[in-house]
Amino acid sequence: MEKRVTFGSWTIGILFAVPQLLLIFTFFYWPAGQAVYWSLTLQQPWGGGNIWVGLDNFRSILSNADYWNSITASLVFAGISTGLAMFVGLVLAALTDRQLTGSRFYRVVLIWPYGIAAPALAMAFRFILAPEAGFMAVVNQVWPGFWDPGLDGTDAMASIIIAFSWKYVGYNFIFFLAAFQAIPRSLIEAAAMDGSGVIRRFWDIQFPLITPTIFFLLVINITESFQDSFGIVDIMTSGGPANATNLMVYKIYSDGFKGLDYSGAAAQSIILMVLIVVLTIFQFRFIERRVHYR
Amino acid sequence: MASITIRDVKKSYAKMQVVHGVDLDIASGEFVVILGPSGCGKSTLLRMIAGLEDISGGEIAIDGTVVNKLEPRERGCAMVFQNYALYPHMSVAQNIGYSLKVAGVPAAERTQRIQAVARTLELEHLLDRKPMALSGGQRQRVAMGRAMIREPKVFLFDEPLSNLDAKLRVQMRSEIRKLHRRLNATSVFVTHDQVEAMTLADRLVVMNGGRVEQVGTPAEIYSRPASRFVATFVGAPAMNILEGTVELDGLSLLGGSRHLTMARAGLPVGTKVAMGIRPEAVRLVAPGTAGALNATVDLVEELGAGRVIYVDLDGASFSVMTSEAVHPEPGSAVGLKISPDDLHFFSSDTGTRLEVFKASVPEPAL
Repeated sequence: MEKRVTFGSWTIGILFAVPQLLLIFTFFYWPAGQAVYWSLTLQQPWGGGNIWVGLDNFRSILSNADYWNSITASLVFAGISTGLAMFVGLVLAALTDRQLTGSRFYRVVLIWPYGIAAPALAMAFRFILAPEAGFMAVVNQVWPGFWDPGLDGTDAMASIIIAFSWKYVGYNFIFFLAAFQAIPRSLIEAAAMDGSGVIRRFWDIQFPLITPTIFFLLVINITESFQDSFGIVDIMTSGGPANATNLMVYKIYSDGFKGLDYSGAAAQSIILMVLIVVLTIFQFRFIERRVHYR
Repeated sequence: MASITIRDVKKSYAKMQVVHGVDLDIASGEFVVILGPSGCGKSTLLRMIAGLEDISGGEIAIDGTVVNKLEPRERGCAMVFQNYALYPHMSVAQNIGYSLKVAGVPAAERTQRIQAVARTLELEHLLDRKPMALSGGQRQRVAMGRAMIREPKVFLFDEPLSNLDAKLRVQMRSEIRKLHRRLNATSVFVTHDQVEAMTLADRLVVMNGGRVEQVGTPAEIYSRPASRFVATFVGAPAMNILEGTVELDGLSLLGGSRHLTMARAGLPVGTKVAMGIRPEAVRLVAPGTAGALNATVDLVEELGAGRVIYVDLDGASFSVMTSEAVHPEPGSAVGLKISPDDLHFFSSDTGTRLEVFKASVPEPAL
């Protein structure tokens, strides 16, 4: 039986929804609408009216090799960091779920990184991964020139991937652990009685049963890796060296607020939004089919 | 098929001991039911046999092999769980065949054996369904099939019928019984339902507080309960217990208000005993009949085939089960006739059965 509250007149219902609608409108639809408008006009840096230019902004962006480089960097970043953060989170959650000694301790400790602001953790990783003073300095002493994110684009990309993944491992861990714990213990026991060992049980029983969580985290991680990476890039690499880590979200900021190309930045943010929407639709269309809902 | 030997098996969690040294021998092909109230350690004992719980002390051997340190899969047991524990993402066929798949049985043979089991359990038309699309009884059968297909040495049942409705439970009960007669595999069945226990068991093990109270056939347990606990736990409605004190010429009951004359055999005067009478052993007679106890009717529970009459016996509540068509009004007086053969005596201190009065009991002059 489903219980539903019904209102006699629809105006009361609307009144209850108004605060939320106002918030969504003010902070989502209005800015998004503004961005669409700006992307179709040319805005004067010092104000003074917009000139309608149609799709010229998009044309100029999409014919720019720098922009395509930024898209590639973003996709690489999203793919690797999502994979890494989810894999590590999954392994840690699977181990914690087995009630190994100290699992209560891990549970608390692993949640903390998600609570740290991106710029703060970027700062920490900037020190940790500094080629001349941090942990990597030891490696550099053995193999001189092995690690330098200030000069080597791959190293820089690796740095921001490590920092971002570190933050999302905690987030993924919480969800994976909750998913594992939602599996009735008797299923695992039944599989054990059926002759299945630990690894086999993981693949045959636990993994299929947490696919809804895996799918959810995949969508969230990919979306966040396009958006939440800004603070990390800004502090750790500022998009460098040689644009190697100039992710789309960072390029919007640097073109718009440093290059003062508001219209171009607006067009870029529209493209980023469309890209995320397309990726999300793709995931729902093609990956969700493999999910087992209970 | 295999025998199971349980020697002084103990289980404790941290500081709390839940099973206190259980000894039990289960013969090959026997159907043993472990009966007890919740928290008596019966499921824990079963899970220790299965290998799902560590054994804190003692030894469990299957077919002479000590299995204490063996993984569940190495013990050759199959288990039916209370909530069935079917794999929700697998079809019925995959559920039943999972153990064969793990064991690396070729697909063709697997299909054949799944078909055979499905035929036995009348599941053939459901093989492609997911557990979610099955009724409770069908899920129960799939769980049985999953246990059967492995042709295990030992079947373990952990309250498998408690999630079914009453009608289905009776039906599944007889199916399990039939199945056992055909497969003749050693089975251990845990339940808190005494009807289930009585009907299924070759031998019944009654547990309480982590200890075995009595082991015996259902008839033995019913007719000669070894302790006050067994006496009141087995049988419905529960056995009436009247506290009494041993006197020179018999027994003083209900704080001295009633007296039972009988030969005293060895018990010192003043010993406290509990006297038990099954409600179904009491006959209702007209009030004032010679040799009958007079009581007042409190409440009548109609059961259809019979009725339970609760009477007040000098302040103590006492129940009578009768199949006669008598319907005494609450508040009316009745006489209760009891045959001395139907009396059970237990020590008030330890609760163990006392045989002392049985030998030469004269007609009690109550």
